[in-house]
Amino acid sequence: MKRMPGRWLPAYAALYIAFLYLPVLFLPIFSINTAPTPQFPLSGYTLRWYEELPRNAALIDAARNSLLVGVAAALLSTLLGICAARAITRYRFPGRRPINGLIMAPLVLPEIILAVSLLLVLLRLGLDLSLFTIVLGHVLICLPYSMSVLTSGFEGFDRSLEEASADLGETAFGTFRRVTLPMVTPAIISSLLVCFTISLDDFIIAFFLGGTQATLPIYIWGQLRFAAKLPGVLALGTLLLVGSFLLLTLAEMIRRRAEQRVQSAGVTLA
Amino acid sequence: MTAAVEGSQAIRQARTGAKPLLQSEAAQGFALVSPTFLFALVLLVLPILVVLAHSFWTQNYLTIDRTFTFEQYRIALTEPIFRDLLLRSLLISFAVSVATVVLAYPVAYFISFHGGDRKNLWLFLITIPFWTSYLLRVMSWKVILGYNGVLNSGLLALGIIDEPSTAFLYNSSAVVITLTHAWAAFAILPIYVSLQKVDRTLIEAAADLGDGPVRRFLRVTLPLSMPGVISALLIVMIPTVGDYVTPKLVGGKYGVMIATAIQAQFGKAANWPLGAALSVSTMLVVSAMAAASVLLLRLAVRWAR
Repeated sequence: MKRMPGRWLPAYAALYIAFLYLPVLFLPIFSINTAPTPQFPLSGYTLRWYEELPRNAALIDAARNSLLVGVAAALLSTLLGICAARAITRYRFPGRRPINGLIMAPLVLPEIILAVSLLLVLLRLGLDLSLFTIVLGHVLICLPYSMSVLTSGFEGFDRSLEEASADLGETAFGTFRRVTLPMVTPAIISSLLVCFTISLDDFIIAFFLGGTQATLPIYIWGQLRFAAKLPGVLALGTLLLVGSFLLLTLAEMIRRRAEQRVQSAGVTLA
Repeated sequence: MTAAVEGSQAIRQARTGAKPLLQSEAAQGFALVSPTFLFALVLLVLPILVVLAHSFWTQNYLTIDRTFTFEQYRIALTEPIFRDLLLRSLLISFAVSVATVVLAYPVAYFISFHGGDRKNLWLFLITIPFWTSYLLRVMSWKVILGYNGVLNSGLLALGIIDEPSTAFLYNSSAVVITLTHAWAAFAILPIYVSLQKVDRTLIEAAADLGDGPVRRFLRVTLPLSMPGVISALLIVMIPTVGDYVTPKLVGGKYGVMIATAIQAQFGKAANWPLGAALSVSTMLVVSAMAAASVLLLRLAVRWAR
């Protein structure tokens, strides 16, 4: 079975990774350039664009909004995700598959269609557009991701541990709190981080449902019209990039360590 | 031993009451899933039904006339401006989904068959750029393809061109390139998962029976990985048809897509029924295109075998 891959396959994979990363790397490169237009050769090195960021009141406001929305959306979608993922991995009930399909559906729907249909309902109900309506939309688009992280976390551990706890007289809630929860905490943290990142990055939902309240992507969108504001946007973009990268690396590390722990726990028990 | 088992069953029965175990399990499961289910009903199913209803109504200045009519669909599908936008959106989303799948397949294959111990690292590397802000990734393509952009200044410096070219930005190909980059991870993951499921002994068997590498691939690996290819195709094709940001930023006049028209109906033009009909039409037409592509792909694979 171990036949040598052609030389071209690894080379192609490396090229592909370069294609994925190169465009993103231009953001940090041009964010420390002295010239306001993104152009080679670079004219000089400066941190001026970064220093100007905290002095911008609109930006600080948008950052605060994004933080609020992101935390709320992450908490809410993870909570709803826990209920659904637990029900779907642990219990058999009629309609299990269609319900799962419904929750995962936003993944394969154009985001603009989700956004306008939500907008229509909210306006019909006479609700004011605000950060809260953005949170509702974000929970909808975060749920599929939260569900996939959580279901794989919930499926990963040995059901017999729960049964043992039940046999030893724990109530259903006690078993969940003392056996299940500690095992799935990494998946929950991972889900929180992933949902926060999605909410932080989302533009379309916030654009349609935000009313007058701007989140960071909305703020960036507004700045993109002015060529002179580009370096500031690049600096902000770089910071967001680093932030997302750190959060996701953390999520991945937590998930992987948990995987190992569950595996070794299984070995000890066996 | 028996006593312990009986004991545990007694406890279990006491906990679940007199009801049969199965029925109570179903009830518990349903109760647990219901908050999320209700959320999805109220914020996904209800809005889609409302959009569907609006698409059969008419905007009458500030009020909505609720007489049932297909007029909005007639406008959405036959007015040249909407028809052209819809066609272009379909063409772009088709090109993007085919390009992402074709470019992604060898990478997914490489990771699955030759990734060794570093499979997870490769997958992590591929998903990372996907998690960085969509808006910023689109913007970086603008920086690359623009008049004063990286590509132009690079080509100038190399002496390949004499003056910056405007051919790179503000057209459909710029939209296709940007979207292909943005959706790469979505194509790799499903293909990788289905390649992982391919039973390696089948490939060995084909080799033992005298099939060369190309025939082994066409007759065993490719047909068995089709579920992944199909879900990759769908997961890219359907959402990209409604993309708003990319055409706005890098599409220019010649890269406008249907999302811009939908947004206008819910914004400035304030014609909700027409916006609703445009949304529904887009979904129906792209679903039809997706179904046709899947069918064609299946036929092609059968033929190649």
